[in-house]
Amino acid sequence: MTTPQVALTAAELLGLFAHFLVLSLLAVGGAITTAPDMHRYIVGEHHWITDAQFTTSIAIAQAAPGPNVLFVAVLGWNVAGPLGALATMTGILLPSTALSISAWRWGTARRETRGVRAFTTGLTPLTIGLLCATGWILAEPYVGEPSHRLGAIVLIAVSVAVMVWTRLSPMWLVGLGALLGALGWA
Amino acid sequence: MTAPSPTPPSLPAAGPRSNADLFRTFTRLALQGFGGVLAVAQRELVDYRRWLTREQFVEMLAISQVLPGPNIVNLSLMLGDRYFGLRGAASALAGLLAVPLVIVLALATLYAEFASVPVVAGALRGMGAVAAGLVIATAVKLFSTLRNNRMGPVLGTGFAALTFLLIAWLRWPLAWVVVGLGAVAVAVAWQKEAR
Repeated sequence: MTTPQVALTAAELLGLFAHFLVLSLLAVGGAITTAPDMHRYIVGEHHWITDAQFTTSIAIAQAAPGPNVLFVAVLGWNVAGPLGALATMTGILLPSTALSISAWRWGTARRETRGVRAFTTGLTPLTIGLLCATGWILAEPYVGEPSHRLGAIVLIAVSVAVMVWTRLSPMWLVGLGALLGALGWA
Repeated sequence: MTAPSPTPPSLPAAGPRSNADLFRTFTRLALQGFGGVLAVAQRELVDYRRWLTREQFVEMLAISQVLPGPNIVNLSLMLGDRYFGLRGAASALAGLLAVPLVIVLALATLYAEFASVPVVAGALRGMGAVAAGLVIATAVKLFSTLRNNRMGPVLGTGFAALTFLLIAWLRWPLAWVVVGLGAVAVAVAWQKEAR
């Protein structure tokens, strides 16, 4: 996989930044739930990076220590280098950070009111649906590739089973995935 | 590391000594977190440092989950803000992101150099499949919380399934779904909360 990095114009960079500003406010349940929309914008609409590059960006961030939101920086980096990373990362963090601090101060005072409770109750199912959609979209390129389909399905299934039924650290799974992948099995 | 002694639920927690302490602590826990930091955060902040009781941690996490933005980022902001205001929030957030950001971008650059080596590409492909599995597993685990959702399990599952279909299958823009379907879901919840 080569990296045909497109040089983005200032207007395109600004558009990228603006898109992530909006996504930031929609990222209920974590930045990863907005991954499908990032995919739609960066890969589907603008063709700045390929499908495989998109998925490996997320895989690199998962493989590295730190919060998963850093995949956003890797995406920006792969689209347009340091400026791209700056655009996507500040875009995804700025609005949600400002909103979270204000809402935290406001909401802790009104924790038990009907409005706050309705907000929590109503948005929880959407968060779960979004997580499912994200998992689906991340799995698709691996499951869709016939040569490695079986290995990928087994690896995904094992990961889910281990995470749901054991207390093993995901580090071991990431290591297992790297090993099996390097051997050409997944 | 010694085994953390169980924290009595209502014991007032110790706190960070300074903004630098916040920064160091969040850097430390971020660097231990592969594939997600929340589990490490719980161990470090509650069991080990006792900055929060379990109840406080769960409560902060619940609020983090409904607010936009990554849970752990929101949690770091809230914890920092509680002790040292905006400066505290900034210190905790910077601790969480600064060093890991450098590491992940270094890895991304290295990967671009070695992407054509089959072993490296294969390893990344395997890790990517696991990453997909980790996200699916999180969704599976959270699904059980729908049972306790005050909308009831049927409506809750319905909204979750509809969200999945609109995003994963029909590929609707997220904004439409969160604002449109979200408004409907909150309105339904508002009705249920009355009882």
